[in-house]
Amino acid sequence: MKKFERLQGLVAPLDRANVDTDLIIPKQFLKSIKRTGFGPNLFDELRYLDEGYPGQDTASRPLNPDFVLNQPRYRDAQVLLARRNFGCGSSREHAPWALDDFGFRVVIAPSFADIFYNNSFKNGILLITLDEATVDRLFQETEASEGYRLDIDLEGQQVITPNGEAIPFEVDAFRKHCLLEGLDDIGLTLEQAGAIRDYEGHHRAANPWLFRDA
Amino acid sequence: MASQTLYDKLWAQHLVTQRDDGSALIYIDRHLLHEVTSPQAFEGLRLTGRKPWRRDANLATPDHNVPTTLKERSAGNAGILDDVSRIQVETLDANCESFEIEEFRINDERQGIVHVVGPEQGATLPGMTVVCGDSHTATHGAFAALSHGIGTSEVEHVLATQCLIAQKMKNMQVRVEGKLGLGVTAKDIVLAIIGRIGTAGGTGYAIEFAGSAIRELSMEGRMTICNMAIEAGARVGLVAVDDTTIDYLKGRPYAPTAEQWPAAVEAWRDLVSDDGAHFDKVVELDAAEIEPQVTWGTSPEMVANVSAAVPDPASADDETVTQGMTRALEYMGLSAGQKITDIRLDKVFIGSCTNSRIEDLREAAKVARGRKVADNIQLAMVVPGSGLVKRLAEAEGLDKVFIEAGFEWREPGCSMCLAMNADKLGAGERCASTSNRNFEGRQGYGGRTHLVSPAMAAAAAIEGHFVDVRSYDYDRADAMSA
Ligand code: SF4
Repeated sequence: MKKFERLQGLVAPLDRANVDTDLIIPKQFLKSIKRTGFGPNLFDELRYLDEGYPGQDTASRPLNPDFVLNQPRYRDAQVLLARRNFGCGSSREHAPWALDDFGFRVVIAPSFADIFYNNSFKNGILLITLDEATVDRLFQETEASEGYRLDIDLEGQQVITPNGEAIPFEVDAFRKHCLLEGLDDIGLTLEQAGAIRDYEGHHRAANPWLFRDA
Repeated sequence: MASQTLYDKLWAQHLVTQRDDGSALIYIDRHLLHEVTSPQAFEGLRLTGRKPWRRDANLATPDHNVPTTLKERSAGNAGILDDVSRIQVETLDANCESFEIEEFRINDERQGIVHVVGPEQGATLPGMTVVCGDSHTATHGAFAALSHGIGTSEVEHVLATQCLIAQKMKNMQVRVEGKLGLGVTAKDIVLAIIGRIGTAGGTGYAIEFAGSAIRELSMEGRMTICNMAIEAGARVGLVAVDDTTIDYLKGRPYAPTAEQWPAAVEAWRDLVSDDGAHFDKVVELDAAEIEPQVTWGTSPEMVANVSAAVPDPASADDETVTQGMTRALEYMGLSAGQKITDIRLDKVFIGSCTNSRIEDLREAAKVARGRKVADNIQLAMVVPGSGLVKRLAEAEGLDKVFIEAGFEWREPGCSMCLAMNADKLGAGERCASTSNRNFEGRQGYGGRTHLVSPAMAAAAAIEGHFVDVRSYDYDRADAMSA
């Protein structure tokens, strides 16, 4: 996993609650057996006026001019501002893969769905939960000034607005550590292989019917 | 020891190590795999030279991309006409072969939707941890197994380490007491719960479904309820063990052998919440008040009683909600105040991991028996959840009931639940569906989904619009009870 570096990210506002994973990346793109290449189809049904299919050249598709990410001022956005319950629905990791591939490094919202939350951190995307009123204010500020950027400081657990206001946020220590160091979970877990084997031995003795290889 | 909830017990029994920061390593007993969320995980193993930790904990089957028409199916993988879909299924086959994981392939009679297959085989057992790269893994909680969906990185993690990094959730109890009205089913209970607590109401919680109305349900009904816990935001749904659980499992292929059985049953009997166990949140519903439910919007919480009308967005007290409702009505082509029973349909889909088990098909067949699908319904399809469900239904003659009524009788798979195969809605088409998600585009680009129970879907097919099955003349005597 790549390390999460402090960034001054351009912010794009997606003013909609309960954005589900089907909306983030529609199912036809889940047929890919790769982890990359989902960016052009991020928010496919909102972004284009026609129906997309895998393997298509998106450059020739009609864009929905009303969709926020199609506006030139948000083209290079790295921070997505969203409403409550962002990422609800399926467990598809294609959702964070698509956000990442598009260039988003951070999503800020009042709340996130659980599985999406996990999946995002595993892919180096920082999700920041802020209260509704603060998110509301960030929406107003973003829309009011073109080129609005937020300074995302994971180390210090704060978001700094252009006028210097620091908004603190919570993130659990393990996730923060993995993100900052770009650590591979599996390698870390395998360092505890001994503990896993011990557990497994006891578990098998108590519940032999859970093991079919004996 | 202090009183524990069922979830507390399952968590404690699977804890390998606890970290200071609140995260923990938990052991995984059963890992189910399908073709959509596993290829990148196997690729990850290959790239790092890792192997599955414990092969016998894994079980795989293709379900999302498989065609449901007999002609295509009889050709096996070659019958999958979409190249990208076919490659995904072939990739699962190849991965299972090279990593020596048991797989029920496309035309194995045991193939089906992974959440139907696991319980049916007895591969889901009480006291297990069950994960799958699929959010509807919550289904397996009906067996008092700690079960939830995971992402692809976690699929790789479980394959390589037999463990998951997890954080303990909070406990919620949803109590449904009393007796359900005739014609009201498990699907209506869970839709009513989601209507009450909302799609984010369960976020961060493991929900235990309890109360006399839940105890009365069969395992099929309990699975329907746990299946949709995720639609209320909860990754985990649970039901405590009782005789219904144990009777269901006896003799299934992966269940404990005869000599292990008594010890297993004894251990399972403890898988209930202790008296006085603490729940962080309790929600209560009166079963007698639950009506058949129909969703009218693009989120499962946008649900109404069949006797009601489409609500007015202006009635919401929150601007974000009003906006969401307005957008949903526009997408759905409905207007506030329209009676639910006046909504006319184009298609009907009976299937998905929510409602494609034998009992669901029996319910729908009772309604369809001796009747005909209405002229305005272009397609009414019944898709059994597995090859074994299909065989059993055919042995009972249900296929004939459906076919005579004008339904199509299909081969098992996810089908039009999410339309990754050829079964999908066209733009603007309106469908009564027994599946679990009514998100925009879920059943096809521009498609309009109304979630209902199997009996409600069958009745809607017959009438061409929604009707209240309670006023419908069919045999409801043993509907959905143990
Ligand atoms: S039936 Fe639908 S919800 Fe269930 S696993 Fe298949 S696609 Fe997912």
